[in-house]
Amino acid sequence: MIEVNAVYVLIARDFKKFIREKGRLISTFARPLIWLFLVGGGMSRLVSPGMGLSYMQFIFPGILGMTILFSAIFSSISIIWDKEFGLMKAILVAPVSRLSIVVGKALSGTIISVIQAAVILMLFPFLGIKLSLLSAVSALAVSFLLAFSISALGIIIASFLESMESFSAIMNFIVMPMFFLSGAMYPVKNLPEILKLISKLNPLTYGIDALKHAIFPDAGIFDFPLPADLGILIISSAVFVIIAGIMFERKKTK
Amino acid sequence: MSLIKVENLSKQFGNLTAVNNISFEVTEGTIFGFLGPNGAGKTTTINILCTLLAPTSGKTYIAGHDCLKEPSEVRKNIGIVFQDTTLDKDLTAYENLMFHACLYDVKRSVIKERINDALNFVGLFERKDDLVKKYSGGMKRRLEVARGMIHRPKVLFLDEPTLGLDPQTRAHLWEFIIELPKKHNVTVFMTTHYMEEAEVCNNIAIIDNGKIIAAGTPEELKKTVGGDVIYIRTSDNARAKNEIEKLFNLEVSEKDNELFLTALRGDACIPEIIKAVGETVLSVRLQRPTLNDAFLKMTGRQIREQNGSPEDTIKEAVRSYRRRHDRG
Repeated sequence: MIEVNAVYVLIARDFKKFIREKGRLISTFARPLIWLFLVGGGMSRLVSPGMGLSYMQFIFPGILGMTILFSAIFSSISIIWDKEFGLMKAILVAPVSRLSIVVGKALSGTIISVIQAAVILMLFPFLGIKLSLLSAVSALAVSFLLAFSISALGIIIASFLESMESFSAIMNFIVMPMFFLSGAMYPVKNLPEILKLISKLNPLTYGIDALKHAIFPDAGIFDFPLPADLGILIISSAVFVIIAGIMFERKKTK
Repeated sequence: MSLIKVENLSKQFGNLTAVNNISFEVTEGTIFGFLGPNGAGKTTTINILCTLLAPTSGKTYIAGHDCLKEPSEVRKNIGIVFQDTTLDKDLTAYENLMFHACLYDVKRSVIKERINDALNFVGLFERKDDLVKKYSGGMKRRLEVARGMIHRPKVLFLDEPTLGLDPQTRAHLWEFIIELPKKHNVTVFMTTHYMEEAEVCNNIAIIDNGKIIAAGTPEELKKTVGGDVIYIRTSDNARAKNEIEKLFNLEVSEKDNELFLTALRGDACIPEIIKAVGETVLSVRLQRPTLNDAFLKMTGRQIREQNGSPEDTIKEAVRSYRRRHDRG
């Protein structure tokens, strides 16, 4: 059972805080810009991915994926703050199903991430990319699916943790490897077998592959067919939300 | 009618028995005090009653609903002010209340009126658009009481509502709490380890080491101490002692050059004592038993004595620091 009111208010709260925190707003846009122009720009002089794309153009879908990854994980990890500072307890004693809380949190992470992705997507003219309206709309649709999946995954991670002390561990052992083993910066197919296997278990891989389909439909730089990407994103979203719901319910008997 | 019913409730955490086979009932429209030292099992009991924790054994009901089997019905009927602040400090007071009103599915048409009423009730209406992080500890507590009432619950839980607050703020907060049952038709269940604060309760249960060791009205509990203590200072203690002992057929003791005796109705005894010892009286004072005395009599120790580890002491210090300062 999902209570619409609860889902709405959880989203509204996160959104209000997102707009209010100017520092966070600036830094969330700074990170992709640095990667895109400083890393991407520098590497463009060294590598050429072929297919008529510069390196900076090649990583553009990956940078969108990265924006979503960081934003969605951050948003979900904020649950740990809520636990530490008690608000989560107040939410848990409200007559609201655990699934509603998980869905509300996942959707708020999703919406905030998609907004950021949309802003980054508007940079396309500066990269010399020609983007049709259809491409832009499908890129945003893919962003939504990817952001939901990652947000739900973030909630599962947050449900294991009681304090923010583990934050850098999450960044180093989960978020950064997810980013590098996703095909964002280099194609997955050239990786050693073991890393290739890990990248196939990474939902971000399929999200970025789908973004490549959307943004460069003719370049042929994808690793998987589009329906496979979308299917995996949808299935992983559903599985993650259900697991997160179970994790929240389980707390009670502790 | 009993709004809260607890039957043979126990909760174990591994080897530790936090709550040991307790039973009690709370009548509608009353203030019920759950008293005991830190670590006695008060918060564990509250967590079970408000569906955050599953009991090891026993049954608990709120407004006739089983806390374990019908958590969502129970949640609709309760409001809670937790021991630690649970507000969102990055939102304003108004937004915090709005957030909760939506979580509790308060009707759109009455939401604004309810929030404004609640803010007025706790005297925070003027500050409603300030971020909660700018609030003092006392204001945060009051806002939490307002939040706990926004969905018009039948039962309001207050877990150590005055912990870490200064005496003035504490007195101010009690004024609200005492008015709650009459003004808002709510039954209050509160815990505290400040015995003197429990005087406002209609009924009290004292819990120690997970067990209820006494229950009754504050008057009844205080009677277990054996009555009032009268202290008398005279210019001739030996003679006065003799006279008073003859008069009441009671033993009179002497300590620090002062006589004292225990009597059931001390106030009524004073005129007779003065008559008996006459002009030698220098001073007479009457001490009524406190709940602290009752606790002392029943357990042989003061309630504030920490039977916990130094770690608990630190924890509480941190808690009250947090409450007074920035966090939450």
